[in-house]
Amino acid sequence: MPDTHSPAIRSNQPADAHAAVYRYDEFDKTFIFERVEQFRAQVERRLKGEITEEEFKPIRLMNGLYLQLHAYMLRVAVPYGMLSSTQVRRLARIARVYDKGYGHFTTRQNIQFNWPKLEDVPTILRELAEVDMHAIQTSGNCIRNVTTDQFCGAAADELVDPRVYAEILRQWSTMHPEFTYLPRKFKIAITGSPNDRAAVQVHDIGLIAKKDEVTGRVGFTVYVGGGQGRTPYLAVKARDFVPVEEIIGYLEAILRVYNQLGRRDNIYKARIKITVNEMGADKFIGLIEEEYARLPRQKFYVDPAIVDAIQTHFAPPPWVDLPAISDSFEAAKAADPAFARWTRTNLTEHKTPGYAIATISLKPIGGIPGDAEADQLETVADLADLYSFGEVRVTHEQNLVLAHVRKDDLYPLWKALDAAGLGTANAGLISDIIACPGLDYCALANTRAIPVAQRIAERFADLDRQHDLGELKVKISGCINACGHHHVGHIGILGVDKKGEEFFQILLGGDAGTNAALGEIVGPGFDYDGIIDAVETVVNTFVKLRQPGEIFIQTLARTGHAPFKEALYARA
Amino acid sequence: MPVLDRGLPIDDRWTDLADDQDIPAEGAVIVSLERWRTERDALTSRRDAVGVRLKSNQLATEIADDLGSLSLVALEFPKFRDGRAFSAARELRERFDYKGEIRAFGHIIPDQYLFLTRVGVDTVVVPADRVGPAWAHALKEISVAFQPALGSEEGTSLLRRHLKGTVPA
Ligand code: HEM
Ligand code: SF4
Repeated sequence: MPDTHSPAIRSNQPADAHAAVYRYDEFDKTFIFERVEQFRAQVERRLKGEITEEEFKPIRLMNGLYLQLHAYMLRVAVPYGMLSSTQVRRLARIARVYDKGYGHFTTRQNIQFNWPKLEDVPTILRELAEVDMHAIQTSGNCIRNVTTDQFCGAAADELVDPRVYAEILRQWSTMHPEFTYLPRKFKIAITGSPNDRAAVQVHDIGLIAKKDEVTGRVGFTVYVGGGQGRTPYLAVKARDFVPVEEIIGYLEAILRVYNQLGRRDNIYKARIKITVNEMGADKFIGLIEEEYARLPRQKFYVDPAIVDAIQTHFAPPPWVDLPAISDSFEAAKAADPAFARWTRTNLTEHKTPGYAIATISLKPIGGIPGDAEADQLETVADLADLYSFGEVRVTHEQNLVLAHVRKDDLYPLWKALDAAGLGTANAGLISDIIACPGLDYCALANTRAIPVAQRIAERFADLDRQHDLGELKVKISGCINACGHHHVGHIGILGVDKKGEEFFQILLGGDAGTNAALGEIVGPGFDYDGIIDAVETVVNTFVKLRQPGEIFIQTLARTGHAPFKEALYARA
Repeated sequence: MPVLDRGLPIDDRWTDLADDQDIPAEGAVIVSLERWRTERDALTSRRDAVGVRLKSNQLATEIADDLGSLSLVALEFPKFRDGRAFSAARELRERFDYKGEIRAFGHIIPDQYLFLTRVGVDTVVVPADRVGPAWAHALKEISVAFQPALGSEEGTSLLRRHLKGTVPA
């Protein structure tokens, strides 16, 4: 066995004993197995023709089962992106036994299986239930999986660990009797760091957890009405501070107003962002406040005891005292330039001296963004056990994270990742692309998206060139529904259909971070071959214009879009 | 149409009146909100009970002031996907403290039944060809609830146990 610092392995505990995942109690287990059996009965009724496909649809969607272009797709919830190695191994097994040997991580920190058979789905759900997992509410017009910052509990800049609150929201929203047939799907994101890594302002509700410096009280700034899709909006602030104890009541108020007044006549106008903007933010917020004022607030009061009880699931792992500088890490960087390059992009500062947060890129050059093979998942699980307390996280940028790696262990970790095709040094760079499934899987697509991502990555395959360009986020959607987040890409690409042909528009200046912004279309679209050249033109223009130390969006903010427009369209 | 209470068909004393049907001299009747508003005196001068039907776009606030005269409120599901009535029922109970019968009718599927009881609905109207064991079964499939709602709930999760009424004064 390779050398390990895992205290669990050394003391014969399960290797993931310290992984910060919510572990089900007897109630949760009762619920999850009852739910599996309920779905098994529903599938049987469907297979016997006792319910129509129209009636089965919301039921299967409530269990994460979509019908795609070629087959069913099962979307499994990864609550706020946290997994134990046991869970990762189970996902690998499901990919191998019930699918074609791989899974796909999504921008909502979930994992999808693209080829399950309807008859197998109840059994897959049982296999998930055995490791405290499910696919509940990963689709349908209900409150979806709550997403958060992938570095929570480890990041140096974090003020409040959002996971305990994300878990409270997960439980509260599970089979909510009033809010399961909403006008449209409903997404909540939560972050506890001033550097927003959860894109909270493009969610139906965005929560920024913060602590009152003086009183020590924890609460949330509540944003409402953000979203991407065909009409993107940044969320508006509903309240600056809702104390933790009141958050469930406040969310009940928002959802009740939305459930009653959200539009149900047109699915493209049914999201809460449309309600907020058609009604006007002030009026909408006024209705929320009225509803909240008259709710039986005691009923929804979050007792500090529950926060404490759930907090125990997210206790920090047993870090040890280490020097901030690791000699072996420094020596390895000096000796191996490829490793040194990986450390520049794929590491994030940890709050504990001697540790680092490692991002595992699921964007190998030319690969499918977010895909992971069963073998790779098992490798990640093994490495998590050896080096990161048996814990793995999924990021909304479709990568994985080992959050607590000793600096001393980084070199062996990277070598093992690299051997498995998981060591690409490109986190945050131009080839770390978000792309939606597009025409390869999606019935609504106008264009391909995955092959565009692959070809951009291949065009910029030279890692030295990518590193020289610095942070640059490319996001691609195959139609205006914006699953690929093109509105918030530094360079966004939107696929459109023009008289039966694929065309691609370029948007510049979007940002999913703390300074959230929506990109603007620069001009006429490009065809399938032209789009790759166009991206390169944009990049070369940036290189020409940039001042020392600037990244792409900084240069763009300084120069405006004009020089880029000119470079793209001057010759035409 | 059969009316279910706790999953089983019951003898129903209510007559659901279309707007063009005459009001009978006797017997409990359910009328539309519009008819209630225009014929209120005629309806309340009878000895028997009156109920009002709300369409899914008619919120509970529309009848809040009249609830004292109504023994039943019927909430319509034009399509099962239209979930507004879940909020209407909850508002009737929680906000307006309505103690009469709440009835759901229209396009409802058994998989919604448990949720309906948890937001305060007492009875459900279902087409005769849809009556079957699925309804009673739907109330028993899931014994755990994660959030406070209405109705008597047995199993509770940690969250619900803690959310339940432990408010400091
Ligand atoms: C066959 C596959 C898919 C279909 C048919 C589909 C369909 C849609 C539709 C219709 C919308 C617009 C909803 C609205 O704003 O009202 C949407 C939005 C969205 N979808 Fe998908 N989608 C698919 C796959 C995916 C995948 C794989 C992901 C994640 C990787 C994803 C993530 C999103 C996101 C983030 C939005 C943005 C809109 C928002 O939430 O504000 N979708 N999708
Ligand atoms: S953006 Fe369009 S093409 Fe891409 S997955 Fe969403 S619906 Fe499909």
